[in-house]
Amino acid sequence: MPSGDNPFYTALTLILGMDQGLFSVVLLSLKVSLFAVIIASLLALPLGAALALWRFPGRNALIVLLNALMGLPPVVAGLCVYLLLSRAGPLGQFGLLFTPTAMVIAQVILVFPIIAALTRQQVEALHGEYAEQLSSLGLSQLRMMPTLLWDARFGLLTVILAGFGRASAEVGAVMIVGGNIDGVTRVMTTSIVLETNKGNLALALGLGIVLLTLVTLINALAHWVSETAKRRLG
Amino acid sequence: MNAPLSPYLRAVASNVPALRLEQASFEHRGHRLLSPTTLLFSGCQRTLIMGPNGAGKSLLMRLAHGLLRPSSGQISWEGKPPVQAMVFQRPVLLRRTALDNLTYALAVRRVPRHQRKTLALQALEKFGLTSLAKRPARVLSGGEQQRLTLARAWLLNPAVLFLDEPTSALDPAAIKAVEDAVNEFHQNGTRIIMTTHDLHQARRLADDVLFMHNGHVLEHTPAQQFFNAPASPQAGAFIRGELVW
Repeated sequence: MPSGDNPFYTALTLILGMDQGLFSVVLLSLKVSLFAVIIASLLALPLGAALALWRFPGRNALIVLLNALMGLPPVVAGLCVYLLLSRAGPLGQFGLLFTPTAMVIAQVILVFPIIAALTRQQVEALHGEYAEQLSSLGLSQLRMMPTLLWDARFGLLTVILAGFGRASAEVGAVMIVGGNIDGVTRVMTTSIVLETNKGNLALALGLGIVLLTLVTLINALAHWVSETAKRRLG
Repeated sequence: MNAPLSPYLRAVASNVPALRLEQASFEHRGHRLLSPTTLLFSGCQRTLIMGPNGAGKSLLMRLAHGLLRPSSGQISWEGKPPVQAMVFQRPVLLRRTALDNLTYALAVRRVPRHQRKTLALQALEKFGLTSLAKRPARVLSGGEQQRLTLARAWLLNPAVLFLDEPTSALDPAAIKAVEDAVNEFHQNGTRIIMTTHDLHQARRLADDVLFMHNGHVLEHTPAQQFFNAPASPQAGAFIRGELVW
């Protein structure tokens, strides 16, 4: 990778130079985080909606737990997955440690509570508004779930973006379970740590700028999509 | 509003089952909001529930519609519970187009997919909303929104229609549209149970009046009798336009 003294210049040359190494690192970063967010969303959206709709013993404890897990330190999540996936661990036989799959698993654990807890809030607020009308139409709570999730879609997009932000920004979990192996599990954040440790501060900052630019672009796209749809649908 | 819609929609039950309340009461956090009430809603009239704010009108409707369960006593239909619909004071519409709001209601009622759009468009036309079909429901005006909820209720083909102060936030033209719709439902054999605090509206629509005050049903009489010779002093004061508490 090229190196210079000015991080902005470095970032620019990194992007314009289409550096092969950088390209694979960026691609893996996006792949891991997007996969993690998609899997976490598929699990957390229904769970969040269910928590909003059903009353059962232990519900409040579960909500508090989810809220607390939003602040789970990535290294702790990474450590837990590390212990599960290591050779001697309960899931060691699958040989997943130090693979991108392990990184996805760790990030799902980080992102899931954020999406579930915030979905619960959004759906509960919407349910307050819709409950009587939907009951009047004869909907069961199970049938209300897809309706409420769909009608909360703009708010939920922001929730999913928050999850994506968490996934793309964290370094602790992917470092532990991925191992920052060049060409295999090296992602943007672990590269930044590596270059910082090596003293290549300009390169580290340059990578940071590239990461930030990518995340901004994705957020801008999501914002544009949701604003356009909102204008159309009120 | 004319022309029968379709065989599906014309199958209105002309024999609406009666709804019986037996000593039904409702409490919330230790407050008795409805005293034990025994009532019979029978026939196919337009019943107007009247009374000052906080009298328990909306509560009684929600109990009758089944949105709430009584704290004690019984509420039951004589026979099979009929198809019901309810129109709320503030229209609750989904965040999708006017047309999609209607096809959604049909989907919920398991109307075959290929019939939904046709039926929904017919209902929009009936309520003068055709030009708004593709507009998002939640940016329509208050009157248009309420007409859309009536169109949705129409598609459900209810034997009993509950309306909770459906016109309280509307201008006179929109109020007229709602009242016309109520009469249209009634002519199609739908029983009407509606709350209002507008005396003029009650005089225009009511076949019988149920007057409530402080969680008590004070009278349930034919409209003429209620307006000409109310039995309770509270109802008399209410009709004269005095403040009743």
